[in-house]
Amino acid sequence: MFEVDVLGLACPIPVVRVQKAIAAHAGEVLLVKVDGATPKEHVTRLAESKGYSVKAEEKNGEIHLELTPKT
Amino acid sequence: MNFLNKSKWIILGGFIFGVLGALAVNWGNPNNMGICVACFFRDIAGSLKLHSATAVQYLRPEIFGFILGAFGTSIAFREWKPRGGSSPIIRFILAVCVMVGALVFLGCPIRSLLRLGGGDLSSLVAIVGLIVGVLVGIFFLKRGFSLGRSTKVPAIAGLVFPIIALVLFVFLIIKSGALTFSESGPGSLYVNPWLGLGIGVVVGFIVQRTRFCSIGCWRDIFLVKNFYLFSGVAAFLIGVLIANYIAGNFGADGPYHWGFTNQPIALPYADADGGIIWSQYIWSFLSFSLVGLAATLMGGCPLRNTILAGEGDTDAGISLLGYIAGGAIAMNFFIASGTGGMGKYGSWGVVVCLVICLAIGFIMREKEAA
Repeated sequence: MFEVDVLGLACPIPVVRVQKAIAAHAGEVLLVKVDGATPKEHVTRLAESKGYSVKAEEKNGEIHLELTPKT
Repeated sequence: MNFLNKSKWIILGGFIFGVLGALAVNWGNPNNMGICVACFFRDIAGSLKLHSATAVQYLRPEIFGFILGAFGTSIAFREWKPRGGSSPIIRFILAVCVMVGALVFLGCPIRSLLRLGGGDLSSLVAIVGLIVGVLVGIFFLKRGFSLGRSTKVPAIAGLVFPIIALVLFVFLIIKSGALTFSESGPGSLYVNPWLGLGIGVVVGFIVQRTRFCSIGCWRDIFLVKNFYLFSGVAAFLIGVLIANYIAGNFGADGPYHWGFTNQPIALPYADADGGIIWSQYIWSFLSFSLVGLAATLMGGCPLRNTILAGEGDTDAGISLLGYIAGGAIAMNFFIASGTGGMGKYGSWGVVVCLVICLAIGFIMREKEAA
């Protein structure tokens, strides 16, 4: 699982990083670490538009988003 | 249908915001300036005696409402998070650049929409410029531009801006003699302070919950082909138009008319004989390109940063200080335009700030793991 750590990065950098990761690791499951509701929403919107399902989990103040390509 | 379902709240929120922005004029704010975040920061700078342009000095309660509304909303939804340390001085400089661009055109991106919704077609030129600026910003984002990571800061740091907003609102209510308030000009036109605060709180709630952003709306279309934020801005413009027509602001008795020239609190775009002043269109385009670029690099429009400051983002708070300083700089150094024409150094201000923003765009990069 490829990991994208965008903790502490302000809008819109998390979306840019995840977009690059999606392009570079097409078809792979991605783990995206964000630290707030706004990047969570933006990344989720991007991932869903790119055909991924998103599972969110809170861990020690971080939000871990598992992006799984829909087959 | 799925898009409408996901965007329904930002569409509703944007519409309400647009209606409030338009009607704020009927309730006392200057024409086509029901809400202008850049103008309001300039007015606050004037009231704090950071510039001496007597026509634009007032403590705008809407700004305090934005901050306090976002503060209360983020607390209620457990999103208040004190944070900071992401290149604050660069954000300050970018905020100054945003203000220089905004005050040459005479409006922030929100006011450009209010002007358009009030019949001022010259706004279209600026909005095209804004989009070009956003596209240049996207170029930098794609090549790795970043202002770095923020980290958690003590709660008191996150409380600074809500406290400042509260204190300044009290100063407004008591009309503190330590400050200055315009007796004529746009600064002397305002809604009841409590109403202004109320409008600000409602807008603060809407923007905090929906992430409404008048820069992000264009950025997301081109960067990720997403229309979520744009749907809110489009609803805002529709709200402005409907409210202006229903309130009778167009027509014989109203202050608005459709056209490019001689619009309320805008560059004239025409000389006394009706000849078109093309240079004012060019500088409106370039000044808003500057706003689009600087605001894309700092992550959002002035309104969005004001909301973030209420959410505990101290970097956004530094941006607000940059807006106030930028307002003072634009007025003190004859950069800001007026209804009579451009400031003596308006074009220089735009060029210098564009160069600064391009340099920041090229220099600021963070190594990416991805």
